[in-house]
Amino acid sequence: MRLTTYLAKRIGYTVFVLIGLSILIFTLARVLPGDPARMALSPRAPEWAIERLREQLRLNEPLPIQYLYWLRDAFSGSLGESLVTRRDVLTDITEFLPATLELLLFALIFDVALAIPIGMLAGRKANTWVDNIVRGFAYIGVTIPAFVFAIIFLLVFGYVLQIAPTVGRLSPGVMSPPKITGLITIDSLITGNFSTFVDAISHLILPSFALALGPIAQEARITRSSVVENLNKDYILASISHGLPERRIILKYLMRPSLIPTISIMGLDIASLMGWAFLVESIFNWPGMSRYGIIAMLRKDLNAIVGVVMVTGLVFAIANIIVDVIVSLLDPRIRMIERAK
Amino acid sequence: MSNTLLNVEELHVHFKVYGGILKVLNDVALKVNEKEKVGLIGESGCGKTTTMRAIMRILPWNAIVPKAKIYFKGKNIMKMSDSELKKLRRGSISMIFQDPTAALNPVFKIRDQLFDIVRYTNLEVGKNLSKKETEEEAVRLLREAALPEPERILDSYPFQLSGGMRQRVCIAMALASAHDLLIADEPGTSLDVTIEDQILRLLKQIVEEKRTSIILISHALGAVKGFVDRVYVMYAGCIVESASTSDVFREPLHPYTKGLLAAVPKLTGGGVPEGIKGRVPDYMNPPIGCRFVTRCEYAMPICERKQPRMINAGNNHEVACFLYGE
Ligand SMILES: Nc1ncnc2c1ncn2[C@@H]1O[C@H](COP(=O)(O)OP(=O)(O)OP(=O)(O)O)[C@@H](O)[C@H]1O
Ligand SMILES: [Mg+2]
Repeated sequence: MRLTTYLAKRIGYTVFVLIGLSILIFTLARVLPGDPARMALSPRAPEWAIERLREQLRLNEPLPIQYLYWLRDAFSGSLGESLVTRRDVLTDITEFLPATLELLLFALIFDVALAIPIGMLAGRKANTWVDNIVRGFAYIGVTIPAFVFAIIFLLVFGYVLQIAPTVGRLSPGVMSPPKITGLITIDSLITGNFSTFVDAISHLILPSFALALGPIAQEARITRSSVVENLNKDYILASISHGLPERRIILKYLMRPSLIPTISIMGLDIASLMGWAFLVESIFNWPGMSRYGIIAMLRKDLNAIVGVVMVTGLVFAIANIIVDVIVSLLDPRIRMIERAK
Repeated sequence: MSNTLLNVEELHVHFKVYGGILKVLNDVALKVNEKEKVGLIGESGCGKTTTMRAIMRILPWNAIVPKAKIYFKGKNIMKMSDSELKKLRRGSISMIFQDPTAALNPVFKIRDQLFDIVRYTNLEVGKNLSKKETEEEAVRLLREAALPEPERILDSYPFQLSGGMRQRVCIAMALASAHDLLIADEPGTSLDVTIEDQILRLLKQIVEEKRTSIILISHALGAVKGFVDRVYVMYAGCIVESASTSDVFREPLHPYTKGLLAAVPKLTGGGVPEGIKGRVPDYMNPPIGCRFVTRCEYAMPICERKQPRMINAGNNHEVACFLYGE
């Protein structure tokens, strides 16, 4: 199987897209009104100081030249200095990104763990009360945006019932584990600090579940309908007619073809997940990329804006490559057709 | 008198659809003896596949079975428990589906699919095959279905095989468990004529060698002529005639059978076969009397009012038509 060729092709294509994205966001950030140099300094700063900062930021060069400088720096591992933190944007991102990734990871775990079984169940029990309940919930999940769930969870579970913490990644007084991956759950497990692990999980539950609900609903619906469709396919009836055990038919012959559309749509859901994560982070005071990104926008911190967008794009691209590889593993037809091209 | 293997009586199957109920199978009765080769003939949409799915208990979810007695070796399939059904499907009856492309799971290699079938059919008779034995048995089945290079076939996905190969793979799968009865639903009709012919000859050779019974389904009488011992003619969910193959060709009784025979293309005559005018009636509101009445050139007043019963016209030649008495 030439999965490696397929992978190489996809990665090449992704680099291309990311360069396109960088040109776009680089230009957009600069044509928006407002002078970043003036905003970075105090309102009373003298004109010569502002001019010096502009010079330093190369804002007086033509746009393409500015971009080429940025590209050169990017390839040598620097995303430029943030006007707010006065550190390299890459350093800032490595500090804030893990919190966001951890949130996304848990949302994805909830998503996969719930959407697929729920969708399979509803599909197998199509048009029964089970199915109707699932469809009702799925409808709610698809129509209500994640930040509304986040606010509801915050109020209900955080303030009224008080069963889960609602602020930050760890309770006050709990020490962060030494930074290895930056994901507190993983780092605390590696260092064998179980109580920190539990505390981190309890902080993750509400925001990640609020984030996951939309994708869960969407993917459960898609799984349901493809299960219903496949259940009536001749190949499933043929498996039954050969006397194969029910478990084997469902977990092998029904599940694999039914999951192909689900996993494909997951690639898109991951994108929307990242968008919503910015709002949910703000609601739960989650020290991730969102606060950094929002401040960057407000202060017109050019390098930070470009950096945040590029990292988001990169995470999205990687997630989609993974999704594509899984789909091509599930569906030999896709793999072989790609190969033939 | 040979032993009855399968005896279907009073089989009724309806389908729930948007806007009402399709009353498709209406009092179907048919019998298959041990080692007998039986043909089930009728034009498209008359309910042949539905009858076989009822026998295998694999009707689609919207099917309703208001009434059915399907005896296999004296036991009612309709009343079988899950484990009895499993035993039946793994050891006695097997069905070759009409469309081999649809009957194979598109995302698994033939190896995956055939190995499972081999493993579980053998498990049923107490044999727990090793991986190697499973492979040997799978290769043997593929050879029996006259597939060259069985190893290559095992490593292929269905979409990498030609239509004829897929058909043979389906035959191999069915052979794993068809120890008493093989049901072949229009085998080879989706392929070109020479391959269809090869497939039919292969099936004939297999069932004669293994001495199993077969129900061969076809929409054309000509296709089963040199193959089966007996023929059931089906029209719009009803069996309208049953006789030995030679009797049907020599002296067809039902007007529908006569029409079907006229539609057999004559190799010498050329030209378009005559066929029967009109179409299968609407299953939502089928005629109260004989379902063929709307297309029958001999229709009489009684045909509109009453459903004809099967009557014996001598020599085990049965027909459901008022032209031959009530
Ligand atoms: N699941 C279903 N829901 C509704 N109607 C159905 C269903 N399955 C079959 N039918 C209808 O029942 C009738 C008989 O179908 P069946 O497939 O048994 O015919 P057939 O004799 O096998 O035809 P063909 O030669 O085309 O295979 C057709 O009118 C078909 O549309
Ligand atoms: Mg059919």
